[in-house]
Amino acid sequence: MTAADDRAISARGLTKSFGELVAVSHLDLDVPRSRIYGFLGPNGSGKSTTIRMLCGLLTPSSGRARVLGLDVPVDAAALKPRIGYMTQRFSLYEDLTSEENLEFIADIYAFDRQRRKRRIAEVLERYDLTDQRRQFAGTLSGGQKQRLALACAVLHRPELLLLDEPTSAVDPKTRRDFWGKLFELAEAGTTILVSTHYMDEAERCHRLAILDRGVKVADGAPSELKASTGMTVVEVSGDDPYAAQRALSGHAEVVSVTQLGVRLRILIPDSVPRALELVRAALSGAGVRAEAEIVPASLEDVFVAVTQNGRRREARA
Amino acid sequence: MKALIRLLAIIRKELRQLRRDRLTFGMIVGIPIIQILLFGYAINTDVRNLVAAVADQSDTHLSRQFIAELGQTQVLDLGRAAAGPEELERWLRDGSISVGVLIPPDFDRRVLDPGRPAAHLLVDGADPTILGVANQLAFMPLAFDTGKASRPARTLEVRPYYNPERRTAINIVPGLIGIILTLTMSLFTAVAIVRERERGNLELLINTPVSTLELMLGKIAPYVVIGLIQLALILIVGRLLFDVPTRGSIVELYMAAAVFIIANLALGLLLSTVARTQFQAMQMTIFFLLPSILLSGFMFPFAGMPPFAQWLGELLPNTHFIRLTRGIMLREARLAELLPEVYALLAFTLVAMAGAVRRFSRRLD
Ligand SMILES: Nc1ncnc2c1ncn2[C@@H]1O[C@H](COP(=O)(O)OP(=O)(O)O)[C@@H](O)[C@H]1O
Ligand SMILES: [Mg+2]
Repeated sequence: MTAADDRAISARGLTKSFGELVAVSHLDLDVPRSRIYGFLGPNGSGKSTTIRMLCGLLTPSSGRARVLGLDVPVDAAALKPRIGYMTQRFSLYEDLTSEENLEFIADIYAFDRQRRKRRIAEVLERYDLTDQRRQFAGTLSGGQKQRLALACAVLHRPELLLLDEPTSAVDPKTRRDFWGKLFELAEAGTTILVSTHYMDEAERCHRLAILDRGVKVADGAPSELKASTGMTVVEVSGDDPYAAQRALSGHAEVVSVTQLGVRLRILIPDSVPRALELVRAALSGAGVRAEAEIVPASLEDVFVAVTQNGRRREARA
Repeated sequence: MKALIRLLAIIRKELRQLRRDRLTFGMIVGIPIIQILLFGYAINTDVRNLVAAVADQSDTHLSRQFIAELGQTQVLDLGRAAAGPEELERWLRDGSISVGVLIPPDFDRRVLDPGRPAAHLLVDGADPTILGVANQLAFMPLAFDTGKASRPARTLEVRPYYNPERRTAINIVPGLIGIILTLTMSLFTAVAIVRERERGNLELLINTPVSTLELMLGKIAPYVVIGLIQLALILIVGRLLFDVPTRGSIVELYMAAAVFIIANLALGLLLSTVARTQFQAMQMTIFFLLPSILLSGFMFPFAGMPPFAQWLGELLPNTHFIRLTRGIMLREARLAELLPEVYALLAFTLVAMAGAVRRFSRRLD
C-alpha cells in the first residue's frame, strides 16, 4: 500500500467464527481517510467483533485487514499508538477522578510534563468536563462518562478513532452534541469508524456499511443507499392502520409493512409495476379507507429492504 | 524512558485505587492480625488441664498417692471420680472427659511387677494431640517409694534447643509469616488483574502502547511494599503478644521476605491469566494455600512426610521460606548459610513470571 492510498482501512474477506457461530462473514471494507464511517446493525450483527479485529484485539479466522497501512493483527503493536479506541462498555477506572484517568492515559502514551498538562486542560475544556475534573468517573452521568471516554481516546491525537456504540446510553440532546464533536475531529483530519444502531446517527455518516447477522448487506453514502434500494416506498395513512396492515402484509408482492404511528410504510420491489395502484387495490379490496402515496426512501427503509432481501434469499435457498 | 513513565503510571494508579478500596485496605491489615491471633492462641500443642476422671478400684494409700502425683503434672484435671470402667467409658463416649484413669484393684501388686502396667489410661484416641500426651504420661516415673527400684529409668533426656520452654507460638509464628504472605500476596495480585478484565479496563489498556511486562511489574510493585508492611505487623504482634524473638538479622529477614513476596506475586499473576472471574481467582489461591499449609513443614515435620509429599513440598515457595524464617528468627542463621532456599524462591519466581507473561494475552480470543 502506498502513501498515496487514501484509505484508512481496507479489509478483504474478513471473517470471525466463535466455534459454530460465524460472527462476521467475508467482510470487505474500504474506509476513506478523514471521514466518519458508520457501522449500522442491530445487536449481535458483528459490529464489535469487526472493530476488535480492526484494532488487533481479535484474530480473524480468515481474510486480511490493513489499518493505516499496517497489517492486523501482525503489526498491531505498531498500530496501537496511532489509534484511539472507545469500547462499547465504559472501560475507564471508576474509582479514579476524570483528571486522574486522563493523567493515567497521558502517562501510558508517555507524554512529557508540559504536554500532559496542556493537553489535559485542552480536552477537559473541549469536552466540557472542567467542572467534573475532580469527580470520580464512576459517579459521572452517562453523557459525562461518554465525553470522558472520548477525551481519553483522542488524548494522544490518534489518526484513526474506533468508536463502538458510543451513544447507546445517552439522551438525544447529548447524542447530538457528541456528533458535533465527531464532526470537529473529522474536520481536523481524524478518520472515525463508529458503530450504531440508531438510524439518525447513521444518516450523519459520510459513508455507511449495514451489517446483518455478520454479513455486510449494503454500503455507500446514505444518499446513495436511499437512492438505490430497488424498492418503491408507499406511505399509507388512514383511520385504521391495523386493518390496513392486515390487508397488505399477506400480499405476495409486498416485502414489508412497517408501522410508524398512524402511518404505514410499504416496501414493494421496483420490478413490480404500478406499486401505488397495487396498494390502493389491496386496500379497497379489503374495504379499508386510507390514503396512499409514493415517498422517498428513508434510511430505515434501506435497512428493512436490505435485511429483508437477505432473508428472502435465504428462504428461497 | 517511556517504559519507565508507563511503569510509574501503573504503580501510581494502583496505589490510588488501593487507597480508595476500603475492603482491600482492611484485608492488608486485618488478615495478618486475625491470622496471628487465631493461630497464636488456638494452636497450642503444649496441652494443659485435659478434663479427666479417675476410677480408683484399689483405694489404697499407694493409689491415692499416685493420683495426687498425676494431678501435680497439671496435664490432667482430675476433678471427677468414676465408679468403675463402665462409667469412664460412658463419659469418654459422650465427650465429658478426654482421659480416664483406671486403677485396678490389684494396683499395689502391679506396681511391683515390671511385666504388667500398674494402671490404665483410657484415652480419646480420635485426637492425636491427646494421644501423644497420654503416651508421654505412660512413661511418667513414679517418684514414690515402692520399696524396689524396678521402674525403667529414662535413657534419653530431651533438650529442646531454640525453644527451651517448648512454646508453640515460637514454632508457629515464623511459619505463619509465610502462610499469611502466600494468601494475601497471590490473592491481591490475581484479583487485581482479573478485576480489570471483568470491568473492561483491560480491553482499553491492551489497546495502548503499554507492554505486558510493564503492566505486570507495575501491578506487583506496590504489593511488594505492602507485603513488607504486613511482615512488620506480624513481627510486632508476635513480639508483643507471644514474645516471639527475632534472633538473627532483621535486615536479612526482610531481604528473604522480599524474595518470597515477589515469588507469590508472580504466582498471583500466573493465576490471573487462568482465572476468568474474581471468584475463580480466589478459589485458585485457596487451592494453592492448602498445600502451602500442609506440605511446607508448617503443620507437620517435613522429614516425616512420605517422599512424594516432600517432593511436592519442595515445589512450594512457602517450604523454602519457612526454612528461612525459622533459620533467621530462631536459630540466628545467616542468609548466606541458607542460600539454596533463596535460589529455590528465585527459580520459582522466574518460572511463574515467564508463564504469566507468556500466557497473558494481548488479544481477546
Ligand atoms: N468472545 C465471543 N465468544 C463467542 N461469541 C461471541 C464473542 N463475541 C461475540 N460473540 C457473538 O458474535 C456475534 C456478534 O457479536 P458482536 O460483534 O458483539 O455484535 P454487535 O456488536 O453488533 O452487537 C453475537 O452473536 C455474539 O454473541
Ligand atoms: Mg457491540
